[in-house]
This record gives sequence, structure tokens and C-alpha cells, in this order.
Amino acid sequence: MSQQTTSRRSFLKVSAATGGGLLLGFSWLTSCESDKARKARPELVMPEEWVAVNAFLKIGENGVVTIMSPNPEIGQNVKTAMPMIVAEELDVDWNNVIVEQAGLDTDNFERQIAGGSQSIRHGWEPLRKTGATARYLLLQAAAQQLEVDPAELRTERGMIYHDGSDRSLGYGEVASLAATLPLPEEVTLKQNADFSIVGVATKNVDATKIVTGRPLYGLDIQREGMKYAAIVHPPAFGLKLKSVDDSAVRGMPGIQGVYTINAAPEGVELQWSDVNAFPNLVAVVGDDTWQVFQAKTKLALEWEEDSAPESSPMQRERLQELLLEGKAEEARRDGDPEAAFARAATVVDRIYSAPFLPHNTMEPMNFFADVRDDRAELVGPIQTPEFLRKSVSALLDMPEDKVSIMMSRMGGGFGRRLYGNFGVEAALISRAAGVPVKLVYTREDDMTQGTYRPEYLVRYRAALDEDGKLIGFHVRGTGAGESPVFANRFPAGTVDNYLAENLTQESNVSTGAWRAPRSNFIAGAEQSFLDEVAEAAGKDPIDFRLELFARAASDPVGENNDYDAERYAGVLELVRDKSGWSTGDDARGVAAYYCHNSYVAQVVEASLVDGEPRVTEVHCAVDCGIVVNPEGAHNQVEGGIIDGVGHALYGAVTFTDGKPDQQNFDNYRLIRHIEAPRAIHTHFVENDIAPTGLGEPSLPPVIGGLANAIYRLTGERVYDQPFAKPRELRG
Amino acid sequence: MATYTLTVNGQSRTVEADPDMPLLWILRDKLGLVGTKYGCGIGACGACTVHLDGAAVRSCSLPVGKLRDEPITTIEGLSADGDHPVQLAWLEHDVPQCGYCQAGQIMSAASLLNGIPNPGDDEIRSGMSGNICRCGTYTRIHAAVKSAAEKLS
Repeated sequence: MSQQTTSRRSFLKVSAATGGGLLLGFSWLTSCESDKARKARPELVMPEEWVAVNAFLKIGENGVVTIMSPNPEIGQNVKTAMPMIVAEELDVDWNNVIVEQAGLDTDNFERQIAGGSQSIRHGWEPLRKTGATARYLLLQAAAQQLEVDPAELRTERGMIYHDGSDRSLGYGEVASLAATLPLPEEVTLKQNADFSIVGVATKNVDATKIVTGRPLYGLDIQREGMKYAAIVHPPAFGLKLKSVDDSAVRGMPGIQGVYTINAAPEGVELQWSDVNAFPNLVAVVGDDTWQVFQAKTKLALEWEEDSAPESSPMQRERLQELLLEGKAEEARRDGDPEAAFARAATVVDRIYSAPFLPHNTMEPMNFFADVRDDRAELVGPIQTPEFLRKSVSALLDMPEDKVSIMMSRMGGGFGRRLYGNFGVEAALISRAAGVPVKLVYTREDDMTQGTYRPEYLVRYRAALDEDGKLIGFHVRGTGAGESPVFANRFPAGTVDNYLAENLTQESNVSTGAWRAPRSNFIAGAEQSFLDEVAEAAGKDPIDFRLELFARAASDPVGENNDYDAERYAGVLELVRDKSGWSTGDDARGVAAYYCHNSYVAQVVEASLVDGEPRVTEVHCAVDCGIVVNPEGAHNQVEGGIIDGVGHALYGAVTFTDGKPDQQNFDNYRLIRHIEAPRAIHTHFVENDIAPTGLGEPSLPPVIGGLANAIYRLTGERVYDQPFAKPRELRG
Repeated sequence: MATYTLTVNGQSRTVEADPDMPLLWILRDKLGLVGTKYGCGIGACGACTVHLDGAAVRSCSLPVGKLRDEPITTIEGLSADGDHPVQLAWLEHDVPQCGYCQAGQIMSAASLLNGIPNPGDDEIRSGMSGNICRCGTYTRIHAAVKSAAEKLS
């Protein structure tokens, strides 16, 4: 933690929780020089003397407030949004707020994870209570100081006013006293209508540092005495290290040494986050990044087969066979689906697929580690610091309280940095080499390491009666390591006869969560399929869905339906109105999806450029409850849409004898500026519901909207991602 | 190893390096200028974009031994106070998500506007398509380049 340094003679006591299980740590400084100088934004500085009111807050006597952002920042903008929530209830002027990234501190913070679009949803109430508790204590302190009843006081933007005597105090003037007062049993939160920070478009707190190139990321870490490290992992899934000949490297200038490390030794308990196809690695340590990158190419390494290497055609055939003939696990059954299909007037039956995808964060995997005999310090990009600490503690056989983890700003996460193998590796290399190291993956290391979005396959069947009414629905999905099917999501609950089945195919290609896991495939498949079913039923695709939602709202089938039909219909109606759907042209597709507790509907417009589909314009309606920061929220939605479009059009990693065929951006295609939509119009539903996820929900449906737009554009349905196949479309 | 004297952001800097070492790693590891980012190492993503004699280049693919005495500008030296019109436009449009690619995007945009002071939409699209943004901030990048162009003209 940043504020508690022994040299500054602070002390810390941890008090009881006030709510949401949140612990407030109190500390203060005994004496320091004061510096009241404060520059205008963006260079606010805390004075030398300040009071830590709790673990989230430091208040300087000049009224400048530092708010700690507890969760990892991967570009989802929680570093701006979470402190906004604290500042709202604290009632300070946002222009007087400095935001600092907190390190891993399980004594004071809960769920320091960037994942599942849950930071704001889980943080909402505890962050509000934290701000409100601090405000309460400041009011109590001011009441003591002014010798009045606290009820006679009010706060406004960092000031406390006693209107009766026309006196006022700044928060900074009472902060020291406030920090000594007992915590309240309960606190009063603001009415939503009184919000003055939440709901106001607020710029990214790190923007100035980003645009001026200041050190922020794990890759930017430099320390006195630090060495650089690179790793070599097996070139193919199914291979493991057999022997190392480092004679060509040992004498190279600037190279300290070559080490073999094992991140999964027998007898050490691994965490869920320790996904790693290649725990046995060779590491090179030297004086700069380029030298270690060069040296690793000069190692003479032998590999041996650990399991049978897989190739893409074989993987696809195997999945298809399983999908069509395998014995499935029944995840949900309503009514009598077999009978419904037997009496159907029309059956629509389609199979959809998507390939493995690397995350390809722009900042490749890296981590700094300084492992000593009795302690370890780690700094770097990690979405799950708590689990990295457990892994490192177990592997180093060092108590967890001797392992510190600081999260750097991350150059993208997308789920990849939920799995902290690179942090573990940095720690093991630092121990082996006896020096602090910064481990850096090359792009090729990063793209070929695995932890991919699984390859998926799903079969949908729909039964329609003579009137075009949906009387039966069957979804049966499989994938590498997991099935993509969510049994209780739409259209479950809207159709009397329903069956959802899961099948799982093992693979030695490692897989993990990738932005909007499972949804990132199943939404596109489901929404394309429903478009085709609506067409078979002779209905407008929006009207067809609204009829289903009406059924789910008035007379739902089953009891575990994992959505609110009215909110779902709400975003669809909103996007219909905003996009002018009824008068829209033919090259538009629609889709709606619910995931990460939020509802999104989109109308996607596409065109063909040199025979390849491109998305030109997107209308998007979102219901994520209260929008904390509209600026960041719009940015997330826009980014999710472009991310979804890009991966659906171009993304794929394929394998030849276990070796990834794509290893860098020369043959792995990511969407570029020229291919991005010209305009994205996002409309948020306004309501008073506590905020839900936004980092992921805009991505999944756009893939369905795109597929449906391609159909209207070309007359051909697309079933297999990636969709951009120029020759086929031209044909 | 050889000794090279480079002019970086207006300052003369001397480094010892192998002639094959790319400028990117000279800047980052030897000069501590970490604003220039590593993304791919093959000149395909644009994260490492700097200006060489005013023109945008991919520093990951530029060996230090091939440099003559061209002045080098990195994101840290694009403006003295972070107030280059492109930087200000990036703030105005709140472009960054993760932010990692943005230094390269800004250096490409500044170079584009040097060559074409008032670019059309298609010129911005093609001019900026050498820089990948994995977060997908392209619509904001586009708007920011247009804003900067308006302020520059």
C-alpha cells in the first residue's frame, strides 16, 4: 500500500466493517513538513502532510483528496469510475481528487479482480458506504470542533458549513480529528437524484499520462539493478522440454545466465488461475530486452512429445463428431421437445462454429519480480492479484504476507491476465537468477502460449407450427474444454418445449476466459439463428423477438430464466426506435443479448468493400442500470462493438501438428482503423437500478447483428467465423 | 558494441549498443524513454512509432547502426508540456481505453497532419491504419485527428 511507509512514521489500525464486509483501515502521520502549494489540474499534488481517513482515502489539509482505486485497470476505466463513486458520497469536488492505484491489500479491499464486468457492480455499495462513512466522520469531527450538533451541519464539495453561525471548515481541517473517531453503525447514502459526480461524463484519470508517454504499464518498470528476462516455451501444444544446450548463449555479451524453471512442480497446490500448457520453460536473463530476445533464439533446445499434437482439421472433425453423435449432459428440459419437433410444420436446423482466439493484448505478457530469501515483491499487469500471490507463495514456499503485489495499468486484459503464469514465471526466474528481473514476452511468445478462447461448435434446432409459432427449441453445444451453452438464457422461458445440452471436448491446447466468455460465441450463433427462424416464420426479426419476450414476461416457461424479459424487450424497442428500423434499408441486421447482468440490443449496418463485409454504422441500446461515467461507458460500448466485429470478421488461430500457424500480426489479422465502423450511436436506458457490467456486454450481440447484416447484404447466411472470406462472398 | 550519439527530443544522448539493436530498445532500456511501446517487433502494429527527422517510423524495426544523425522525436518530446494539438485532441475526445497503443497513434497522427494538414476521412483512415488499437477506440481516434486538424489549420 502506498501510504503506509515506516519512514513516514505512520501507523495503522484496522477497525470493524461498516457494511458490505468492507474494512476501513485508519492511519495518520505524526508530523511532517507541510506544502500547501497546489497546481491546477492535471498536476494536483497532495501536501506532505495528510491524513488517511481510511484505506480508500487520504485528505490533505489543503483539501486535496486522494482516493485509492482498488481494482486492476485493464482499459475498462474503473480507475476513474470507482473513485467517482467514493467521491460522490464523500461529497468532494472531483477537481480536487487525485486517484491512486491500490496494490493488493486483502485486509482492506474486497474482490480486487478485473473480470466478469463485475468491478462496478460489486463495488457500487461498498464504495458508496466508504465515501459516506468518511463524510460522516468528517461531520462528527467538525461538530466537535465547532461545538455544535452534527445535524446542524451540511457538506458541499469538500466543505462543511454551519449555516446557523455562518462558519465553515474544509475537510482538510478536520481530517486528523475525524480519523480518531469511532465508526458509525450505519450511514445514510445519497438519493440518486442528488448525484453530482455519478452520471457526469468524466475524463479518464490517466489520460494526460497516457498521451504524454509517462511510465504506467508493467512493461515500463525499471529499477536499479534490475535485469531483463525472456522465456522459451515449447513451439507446439503437446510438446515438452527435453534438453537444453545453452553453450551458444553463455558467452554472449550482456547475458547473465540461462535457467530452467518449473511452474507446476509435484506437490504444490495450483490455483484455478494457473492455466499453463507449458510449465517447464527455459529463461534467459541479461542486461536489456533486445539482448535476451536475441539470446533465446540461439539456445539449442530439444522437445519431446507429452501428448499427441493436434491440427485444426482434426480438431474440427472431432468436435463435429461429438456434436452430432456424442452423449450429452442435459442442462435443461421443458415440456416435450421431441414431440414438438415431431409435429412441427417447419424445422430450422443449423450449425455454427468459431475458432480458437488469442487475446493479443497490445502490451505483451510481462512482470517484474524481486525475490529475496525472506520476501518477494511483484509488480505488473494482473487481473487476479490475489490468486497470483497464492501461486507465488506456494511455489516459493513463502508465507503470503511476505509476497507483495502491485498492479500496473494494463495494456489490455480481455481475460488473458486472469491467468498469471507470467507473474509466477518472473518470480521463479528472479529466485533462480538471484536478481530482480522484468520478464517480457515477445509477441510470438504471447500469441503461441495458449489460454485461448476455445474453439466452439453449436447446433440449433427450432420447431415452428403452421402459424409460424415457435413450439420447440433445441440447443446443443460443444467446445474445447467447455460447452458454450447457457441453458437458462433466452430463448429458454419463451417456448414450451425446450432442450439444452452440453458436450465437452478435451484438447491439449490450453483455453481460458476471453472477453465475455462463451457469450462471445453463443450470442452471435443464437442471434443469427433466431433471425433465420423469424424469416422462416414470416416475421420481422424484432417483432419475432418481442413476441417471445412478451410470452416470457406474462407466462414464463420454467423458473430459472436468467433474464428480465421486460428489460430485454426495452433495449430492443429502444434500438428499433433510435435506428429507425422500420424504415431501415436492407443491409441491416439486428441482435440483442443479455450477459454480465446487462442488456444490449444493436442494429448493425454493413457494406461490401472489395468483396469483404465491413460494418459501417451501429445503433446500440444498453441497459446497465445507473451509468456511473457516461464518457467511459460510451467508450466501452464502442470498443466492445469494434472488438466483436473485428474478431468475428478476421480472428482465428489454427494449428499444424500442435504449432500455432499465426504467431504475429503479419499473419494474424486484427481490425484496423480503415475497417472500423464509421459511426456508433449508443443509447443508455435511464433508470435507478444499481449499475451492472459494461466491459463485456456490447461485444457478444454485435457478432449476430453482423451475421444478419451480411445475409441482407449478400443473400447468404454465414455460419462459421471468421466471416471475412472474400472469395466465397464474391462467389 | 559501438558508441552512438543520437539526438533525442532535442538532447544529445550517447549509448553503447550492438549496431543491430533496434531504436525501440535503445529508447526504452538504455535511455529510459518508455513511452514508446513494444507491440510486435516486426513493424506491423505501430505501437513503437516515433519521428525520425519529422517522419513517422517504426522504431522496433530500425537498427541503431542504420541511423545517421537524424533528429528523433518520441512521445515524451512531441511537446514540452503535453499540449501538442494532437495530444489535446486525444484528451478532448477521451480516446484511451487501456492506452497502450495511444503514444504510437498520436505520433502517427502528428506525422499525418504534418504531411496532410487537412486530411479527409479516407486519408485519416488509411493514414492511421498502420496502428492497431486492440481496445477498438478507432471512432474516437478518428474524431480526435479531425479535431486536431481543425485546430492546426
